[in-house]
Amino acid sequence: MLTILFDGIAYGMLLFVLASGLAVTLGLMNFVNLAHGAFAMAGGYITVVLVNHLGVPFFASLPIAFVATAAIGVLFERTLYVHVYRKSHLDQVLFTIGLVFMAVAALDYVMGSSQVFVQVPSVLQGQFDLFGIGIGRYRLLIIVICGLLTAALQFILSNTRFGSRLRAAVDDSRVARGLGINVNRVFALTFAFGSGLAGLGGALGVEILGLDPTFPLKFMIYFLIVVTVGGTSSITGPFVASLLLGIGDVAGKYYLPSIGAFVIYTIMIVVLIWRPQGLFTRAASR
Amino acid sequence: MTTPPSAVRSATEWLSARARWQPLEGLFWFSAFAAVFLFPERHLILTEIAWLGLFALSLDLILGYAGIISLGHAAFFGVGAYTAALLAKHEIINEPVLALLASGLVAMALGFVTSFLVLRGSDLTRLMVTLGVALLLRELANSFGWLTGGADGLQGVTIKPVFGIFRFDMFGHTGYVYSLSVLFILFLIARRLVNSPFGLSLLAVKGNPLRASAIGVSVDARMVAIYTVAAGYAGIAGALLAQTTAFASLEVFSFDRSADLLLVLIIGGAGYLYGGLIGAIIFKFMQDYLSVLTPQYWPFWIGLVLVVIVLVGRDRITTWTAPIRLFAARLDWRTFARREAAASKDQCQ
Repeated sequence: MLTILFDGIAYGMLLFVLASGLAVTLGLMNFVNLAHGAFAMAGGYITVVLVNHLGVPFFASLPIAFVATAAIGVLFERTLYVHVYRKSHLDQVLFTIGLVFMAVAALDYVMGSSQVFVQVPSVLQGQFDLFGIGIGRYRLLIIVICGLLTAALQFILSNTRFGSRLRAAVDDSRVARGLGINVNRVFALTFAFGSGLAGLGGALGVEILGLDPTFPLKFMIYFLIVVTVGGTSSITGPFVASLLLGIGDVAGKYYLPSIGAFVIYTIMIVVLIWRPQGLFTRAASR
Repeated sequence: MTTPPSAVRSATEWLSARARWQPLEGLFWFSAFAAVFLFPERHLILTEIAWLGLFALSLDLILGYAGIISLGHAAFFGVGAYTAALLAKHEIINEPVLALLASGLVAMALGFVTSFLVLRGSDLTRLMVTLGVALLLRELANSFGWLTGGADGLQGVTIKPVFGIFRFDMFGHTGYVYSLSVLFILFLIARRLVNSPFGLSLLAVKGNPLRASAIGVSVDARMVAIYTVAAGYAGIAGALLAQTTAFASLEVFSFDRSADLLLVLIIGGAGYLYGGLIGAIIFKFMQDYLSVLTPQYWPFWIGLVLVVIVLVGRDRITTWTAPIRLFAARLDWRTFARREAAASKDQCQ
């Protein structure tokens, strides 16, 4: 019972790291980015190649995955996404679906369509007992890393100069520009950071979520649930939503295996109908 | 308060001018029916084009005319497909045309119920809700394995002859004539619908819901109505797939299907009914060609087309085709003659 709770929390934390970048692009920049999972997949594959083929230690591969995915994110943001920010939501949907299809087919071509695994160091394998609760070492690592990241994110957003610039740019980009904030650069940096987080999440998630080229399609709905249900005005909303989703999904699959996913979709629809702006949110500013 | 008769007359004239048949439309349907005799060996892919065209037409009704973005239109397609397949398998309704109507009605009922979910919220909420409904139905179909065959699909379906006379053959001859006739009839109905005052009020809702309600258009009722009709169309398209292939699988609900459908409609252009049909033709032949070239990786090219279309800009593509449409309008000698007459009248005065 408590083990399931623990697994659920780990799963939810992972979802949060994966989806937090989306919370920024979708919620703050009002850009429907269905291709977010592709960045997570990129991070995952980078780790797999580094660890399995080049013999880089697992712990060293995580920051590399973060930086590399962030770099890919910046590249895409500067070359492609900037042209789509001002277009309609339909265009954004079409554009990002197109990117997903391309990413899926391209990775299928390069890496093959079968599921890949990563060799986790032996320190992280297995589980130990703590007051009778079975605790997986790897999951504990995820909780620690993701917890630290969440705290850092919250701190950056609410207590640093960059955070206040970002919030200003989001609330009213015209006035922010007038005050001398380089809105484009703030958005580009945020996008890069979000992609990097997705990449890191993807790298950590290889062991738990599995990784194959259809990853962006399979988990797209989960990321969207986290963001839409959690609301986008703060970092805590998506955080609570991902924890609930993680625990709900793990428990649902364990206790009600036949209708596990069914429950989650139903809850999502009900929440969206009940509160279209998300569960934890102030009134929408636009 | 009554509307002045002159206003009624000019509105009626304007509406009937919109609804007038253009020569190119005649040519389009003539070639479609001529293909029955001209390309008997391509009937299988033509059948696929027919139901895909109908499916895209259904999305056009809600996207092009009411401005609802849906990522889960496959929900209705799938419900139609499973209904048709189940009706045939358990021999509840043996006549394919009746089964088709029944499937359409089931999909319409689902469309009516879920239409209330898309009334609220922004584009994003609609995306999520439509996607969620499709995923939900997929899960349902998967868990009720005893009824739907689960992940293996619904096998052992035999479709009885149409009207008890025309047997479905493996070359798709009957299938094509059948699907094309269904498509043509439903197209006529849709054409009538969008050229009516109702269709016009839909465009008003799409343009600006607030203003539309200010001039007395009941926005919600219009949305519910068109969503229900479109769901019915999608259901019939799905039923056509199930009947012509005698099979239904979970894949009918898949996200890829909804996403491909958006591409089909966007290639052809939304908002003038033919977009879906033209898009279906281009999409199917492109898919046919690309999947021979690179069997496994053709989604890459689909994605590339989507990205390029958006980056180039959908409006700009419409600008490129403008000369063609101008030419088409010129072909309509009635409008042309009338314009001449009006011009000469102006000169006289």
